[in-house]
Amino acid sequence: MNNMKSMSDDTPSSPERRRFISVATVTAAGVTLAPGVMLIDVAHGRPEEQAASNAVRWGMLVDATKCASGCDECVSACSTENGWTPVAESAHPKQAPQWIRKLELQDPLTQAETNLPMMCQHCEEPPCVDVCPTGASFKRADGIVLVNRHTCIGCRYCMMACPYKARSLVHEPLNDTQKPDVPRGIGCVEACTFCVQKVDRGDGTTACVEACTASGHNALVFGDMNDPESEISKRLRELPTKQVRADLNLNLGVRYHGI
Amino acid sequence: MASITFREVEGSSLKYWMLFGGIGLFVLFGFLSYLYMHHHGHVVTGMDNQIVWGLPHVFAVFLIVAASGALNVASIASVFNKPMYKPLAPLSAILALALMLGGLLVLVLDLGRSDRLIVAMTHFNFKSMFTWNVFLYSGFFALVGIYLWTMLDRNVKAYSKAAGTAAFIWRLTLTTGTGSLFGFLVARELYGTSMLAPMFIIMSFAYGLAIYLMVLVAAYAWTGRPLGDAVMMRLKSLLAVFVAAVLYFVVVYHLTNLYFAKMGSVESFILRDGGIITTLFWVGQIVIGCAAPLVILLSSLGRQRSWIMIASALVILGGIAQMYVTIIGAQAYPLDMFPGMTMKSSFYDGVIHQYSPTMAELFLGLGGVAIALLATTFAVKVLRLLPANLDDATVAKLEH
Repeated sequence: MNNMKSMSDDTPSSPERRRFISVATVTAAGVTLAPGVMLIDVAHGRPEEQAASNAVRWGMLVDATKCASGCDECVSACSTENGWTPVAESAHPKQAPQWIRKLELQDPLTQAETNLPMMCQHCEEPPCVDVCPTGASFKRADGIVLVNRHTCIGCRYCMMACPYKARSLVHEPLNDTQKPDVPRGIGCVEACTFCVQKVDRGDGTTACVEACTASGHNALVFGDMNDPESEISKRLRELPTKQVRADLNLNLGVRYHGI
Repeated sequence: MASITFREVEGSSLKYWMLFGGIGLFVLFGFLSYLYMHHHGHVVTGMDNQIVWGLPHVFAVFLIVAASGALNVASIASVFNKPMYKPLAPLSAILALALMLGGLLVLVLDLGRSDRLIVAMTHFNFKSMFTWNVFLYSGFFALVGIYLWTMLDRNVKAYSKAAGTAAFIWRLTLTTGTGSLFGFLVARELYGTSMLAPMFIIMSFAYGLAIYLMVLVAAYAWTGRPLGDAVMMRLKSLLAVFVAAVLYFVVVYHLTNLYFAKMGSVESFILRDGGIITTLFWVGQIVIGCAAPLVILLSSLGRQRSWIMIASALVILGGIAQMYVTIIGAQAYPLDMFPGMTMKSSFYDGVIHQYSPTMAELFLGLGGVAIALLATTFAVKVLRLLPANLDDATVAKLEH
């Protein structure tokens, strides 16, 4: 103790040195914290008690020109992440839920083929939310359309109302493939959630997008369409995109290029 | 105006109890079907993620629509002041309540989570036509119940016209709501039109009156009470008008659709290429439901009671076929997400959806019909709903 005291006492403290130390400290702190702060900002991970914000609008860009025929990486990834049985493994394929599926389109005149994934389009004006008698079908402030597992009565009116056939009823008792953060239940309706559990964790992406990128196709981009600097916003500015059944004017969260 | 004596059906004969038991058996089958479906989930039905509303909805919507129409006879009596219809009114009101009960039970027991009915009663989304229907259905029970009370209790008889008018307006609103369940759906080509609301109203007139006629004739025949031709001729002419009106709406609806190129393929599906749906449309809805009854009712055959009964039965069968085409047919045709393109997927996009209802669904639907009939059979025993005598002389006195 004595030594230390005497050391500090003995050391002359020049104004330059003080300035250097404070600048260095601030820089070091900045370098350490900034990426974290930036990441939180980019990914919009948020604590549980904080409500979703309408400052964000989650959306997806599907580049159909890059979507490969026969590839269903996005579908498998969704099934794994969200715990629904792949249709090929189901004993009742017509009754099996499918949160996302690959569509193969063909123009009968030109024979031109298009591949694309189809799932909940996370409409700004979702018909499923309009028709739901109990309000179980709802849209979060950040644009994600979900079903409240506790108030869905299984009336299937939302399935009648959805122009994209995006929703499925759970027709039979569920097996043990369920994920703890993806609640599901027999007799309830479900659909793509934009991997809301991942979004809320701050992953900033969805299982299908991760899988598509990992497979090298890069046909899917997920992000905040309200943030002009996000990758999705930049790509949407560059690429001409369409909304499926744009005539319905539902303002979709999923935009397609190359259809 | 001569007074009419209303009397309960004695209901102590073996025939009564056999009828009661027979109908009760169907109620039991319906309940067992419900338990089976509820236990295993909708996987044991023919419904899937393509045909999401199946046979139970066909029965449920038919019964709900018919319920509103069954009130017609009472409305003519009190709202439009036709004294001849007054003695017919109580049966009309009780049938309306009974059919509504049967239809609602089927609807509710077909829910994926019928155990959560309380949620539907406590959580409301007022933008949903379904939510409005929840109120329209409960209001119907209340208003028709009060209306029936004003008919049966002399102390409140003065309020009968007011109650009848309220019930009349309410039931028109209710059937508008039922038609709009489909009319307010933007996704499917055959829905999403305001035409469905008035069409459902006129359908309700026809179905409701056909059921009323059959129940009336059966009740009087089985109890040995006199029922004159005057009543029958009046009601059968009314039925003919309603059936013709249904046919008119169906023709205008499809002609309008056919005019638009975008509706071409879905119309060809219903009218020409739809297999069972096309058969049900032409044979069920048009021939059995409209053409044949019209021929019977408007020709000399319509003067015979047995033929009026056949015509009524045909209207009912045709009505169920019409509901099947309206509900199943519209879903069987795939959603046209990319007009002009062919579609293929693991989720049955772009293909006509097949639907084979299971016995469970059939018996659940029939259970609803049985509940309605059982409630009516019981009501005529405990309440003074049926006039002791409806022969021509008695009825003639009413109009003077």
